[in-house]
Amino acid sequence: MTFDVQKLRQDFPNLSVKVHGKPLVYLDNAATTFKPRCMIDAISDHYSRETSNVHRGVHYLSEQATKAYEDSRQTVKQFLNAKSTQEIVFTRGTTESINLVAQSFGRAFLKEGDEILISYMEHHSNIVPWQMLCAQIGCVLKVVPINDRGGMIWDEFIRLLTPKTRLVSVVYVSNALGTINPVAQIVKEAHSRSIPVLIDGAQAVTYRPVDVQALDCDFFAFSGHKIFGPTGIGVLYGKQKLLESMPPYQGGGDMIASVSFAKTTYNVLPYKFEAGTPAIAEAIGLGAALRYVQSIGLDNMAAHKKDLLEHGTKVLSSIPGVRLIGTAEEKTSILSFVVEGIHPHDLGTIVDQEGVAIRTGHHCTQPVMEFFKVPATARASLAFYNTKEELDCLVKAVYKAKEIFK
Amino acid sequence: MREELYQQTILEHNRNPRNFRKIEGATHVAEGYNPLCGDHLWVYMNVNANGVIEDAAFEGSGCAISKASASMMTSSLKGKTVDEARVLFEEFHKLVIGELKPDNQSNHLEKLAVFSGIWQYPARVKCASLSWHTMHGSLEKTKTVSTE
Repeated sequence: MTFDVQKLRQDFPNLSVKVHGKPLVYLDNAATTFKPRCMIDAISDHYSRETSNVHRGVHYLSEQATKAYEDSRQTVKQFLNAKSTQEIVFTRGTTESINLVAQSFGRAFLKEGDEILISYMEHHSNIVPWQMLCAQIGCVLKVVPINDRGGMIWDEFIRLLTPKTRLVSVVYVSNALGTINPVAQIVKEAHSRSIPVLIDGAQAVTYRPVDVQALDCDFFAFSGHKIFGPTGIGVLYGKQKLLESMPPYQGGGDMIASVSFAKTTYNVLPYKFEAGTPAIAEAIGLGAALRYVQSIGLDNMAAHKKDLLEHGTKVLSSIPGVRLIGTAEEKTSILSFVVEGIHPHDLGTIVDQEGVAIRTGHHCTQPVMEFFKVPATARASLAFYNTKEELDCLVKAVYKAKEIFK
Repeated sequence: MREELYQQTILEHNRNPRNFRKIEGATHVAEGYNPLCGDHLWVYMNVNANGVIEDAAFEGSGCAISKASASMMTSSLKGKTVDEARVLFEEFHKLVIGELKPDNQSNHLEKLAVFSGIWQYPARVKCASLSWHTMHGSLEKTKTVSTE
């Protein structure tokens, strides 16, 4: 199909909103993405026609809801090219997926002195769960440093893979810098030492098609709301053997096979890890969002975003006093920057007045900010529905801020 | 339409912050931190035996709003008593959340009234109030103040 961005924009009702009397320019897609009408309708239809709990009732609505919920799992399985739907666990998001691995896999299989290897560019959600685990069982968190372009230092990664390393947990695409990490090589190196790998795919799922079998990663985590789905739903992919060997994360309904006061047995995968009534409507919404993405094609989206990134890099760096943070050779359409003499927070407020929504702050990556010696950055993160004209609006708004602060 | 946030007074204090220094051996010191935006500052005061603030200063880094607010706060505190500082703290707090309208309610804010429009920018209220919370913390002998 031909990629017609103006036509596709009509799928997203939120894009036509005005802020402060001006057309909205939404450039905060790494924080969360807008939702296509078909996704909103899927949730609305569920609540309008088939509200019911799943995996319980024998009545009609429960069967309908269960089918829709499980169809979404099937969609996720295809989206990631997992072997089986048993490998797809619904969670609240990437954060919960990582916490699940830390508390279930980590507590069961790691012991005092064992090492977990992450990188310097991790989101707090791929730092803090491991710190908590370290405090609980006495394992050690090791960190691969980055270079001044925001890329992982490969030799250091290799050096830090030691006989004590029990898990590598790395971000695929950095939310603060846009850096794309060579995850396939990371998995290869780790596996040659029999070390399992978790990939934080929160920003990666909109970047390119993910094939967990080709990547051969052991765990893969992502969030629905960053790929045009609802908040409150995410996925943990895990290799079946690993998931089977792991104890449950939370106890409750749905995760059990039978309960008695003498002995409780757990349900099969993936239900063992889905205690309590799940986010049913959100899972259904996620399925609709992924089908929408597939109907447009991630490769088509990527080609458009590559153009946007090139244009954005050019026009932003042409502004005197602008410094881009994160210039790795391999990067996605995330433009982090600082403007000389203007604090990112002030910049954020002023461009907002012009209708331009960007993120300002540390992006939940305080170690990255410290590395680049900035308190915060401004960040424009692009989705396939953005346009070059919108980037030009951002540039105009930055000039306006420079005028105020001159 | 929202009131203009970046008024000339604020921009001027951001460019040339007053009392931007450390007071060695200050009687009152506290550290303030806003983890959301990374604003980080120290407030120093010398209070004499009569409870009068003889000197007030600040150090640190932050956005224009937090810097201008700290600059104007330290300027207005000098010569005031600790009790007057507490009153100003309460009034400034009400001002930035929109509960005090300086034009028609009696107050002691004077130049600080320039922050009267900030309640219309909820994300920025903490920037303006960080130095005040830190100053208040120093009076209460709280060493580190976080606005989160």
